Amino acid sequence: MALKGWKEIPIGGVIDEPGKSREYHTGTWRVLRPVVNLDKCTHCMLCWLYCPDMAIEITTNEKNRPQMVGFMYDYCKGCGLCADVCPVNAIEMKPETEFLKE
Amino acid sequence: MMNIDLKKSKAVTGAAAVANAMRQIEPHVVAAYPITPQTPIVEYFAKFVADGVVRTEMIPVESEHSAMSAVVGAAAAGARAMTATSANGLALMHEIVYIAASSRLPIVMPVVNRALSGPINIHCDHSDAMAERDSGWIQLYAETNQEAYDLTILAIKLAEHEDVRLPVMVNLDGFILSHGVEPVEFLSDEVVKEFVGKPKKVYPLLDTENPVTYGPLDLYDYYFEHKRQQVEAMEHAKKLFPRVAEEFEKISGRKYDFVEPYKLDDAEYVMVALGSTNSTIKYVVDWMREEGFKVGALKIWMFRPFPKEKIQYYLNGRKAVVVLDRAASFGAEAPLYEAVKSALYEATIRPRLGSYVYGLGGRDIVPEHIRKAFMDAIEGNLLVDEQRYLGLRE
Ligand code: SF4
Ligand code: SF4
Repeated sequence: MALKGWKEIPIGGVIDEPGKSREYHTGTWRVLRPVVNLDKCTHCMLCWLYCPDMAIEITTNEKNRPQMVGFMYDYCKGCGLCADVCPVNAIEMKPETEFLKE
Repeated sequence: MMNIDLKKSKAVTGAAAVANAMRQIEPHVVAAYPITPQTPIVEYFAKFVADGVVRTEMIPVESEHSAMSAVVGAAAAGARAMTATSANGLALMHEIVYIAASSRLPIVMPVVNRALSGPINIHCDHSDAMAERDSGWIQLYAETNQEAYDLTILAIKLAEHEDVRLPVMVNLDGFILSHGVEPVEFLSDEVVKEFVGKPKKVYPLLDTENPVTYGPLDLYDYYFEHKRQQVEAMEHAKKLFPRVAEEFEKISGRKYDFVEPYKLDDAEYVMVALGSTNSTIKYVVDWMREEGFKVGALKIWMFRPFPKEKIQYYLNGRKAVVVLDRAASFGAEAPLYEAVKSALYEATIRPRLGSYVYGLGGRDIVPEHIRKAFMDAIEGNLLVDEQRYLGLRE
């Protein structure tokens, strides 16, 4: 997202369009990256429920049950809540430095 | 000095004058918490609400922090919202005072100036308003009850102007004005209503067709740009104030400006001050002029934005300028002195300067004190950057 100058933005810090947070990539704040081990995951959806940035990516299976897929790293700020609440410890928080080469 | 037609005027306190300005403005929302010496403003206004004289939604909140929060919410919704406070009440509002300005909400708030605790004191000084001088609010100071009334009405138009959108504090000296009775010439309700008009709404929260968000997180990527906009809005306030004052003159015959010169034409020694003390200074100017001293006064009506150009215009080339502050800045120069001195840095002929702090906690200022400060200037007995005190026991 190209940053705008002070003459181009609404006054007062007002956000004048709904849904603009989609354009704001909180993923740039991340220091620790959640990584899921889907072999351990029971698809309980606790991480999805707790994630403050709605950054857990899910889908549905043939029985129309929700399935954990992974993370939307554009929005995941690396808070670690998902790893904390996961009842089977399927999520590990890894330093971003490990992914620098990617 | 302002000419008031005594036949058309009523003898009222500053609090009654301001409360009646608020009655005529009839804001959609008033949220307030009583604090001495602001209390009578809120009492009068609450009575107007109870008697059905105004249709204002009055919110008797549990603290000043809530009062300012409620008017911020109301103003963001698109309402014209007002409150009033003093001293520690203003200090308790402090957090939200900044939020009102940075959210660009044109709230008008009479501030009945009173010393900030501690030790606890209920009387007049300007420490409360000075603690908010960098909050992003426009600050106006009234010398008389007439001015407190006029400036409250005028402030609505300045605050709400689409190029300004800043809140305004209308300062009036605690007890001296708020509880002192003076003649005030009131405008008719219709004239005031027409002058203030309907509020222009900018990003109203209640416009559900165009949803907006107020007060979102604003980090290193945009906060700075929003602050720059506030700086610009103050510049706009400076540009537009003369126009608003002119419109006000058309309905009232009373002329306002950034500053008011008094007997300045040939004055060699000029005193600068805020608020009601200017009346005493004018009295002393008249008295000393009778004795042949070339003295004059410059009253500051608008302290924020600071009218630097006017200060330079009126004070450049004078022999000496004495600045009176009803507030101290511990460890630095007194606020008005500092601002005047800084404005004069670029003057071609810089006057000698004197800084006098007076009247803290309601300590009386008498003509002899003012004369003493003038005499120091006239006798060449000013030491630059030596802060002196009027009415203090050694
Ligand atoms: S680390 Fe935090 S932001 Fe990222 S997916 Fe987990 S809960 Fe969501
Ligand atoms: S909380 Fe753990 S087990 Fe549950 S869905 Fe998320 S990763 Fe899978």
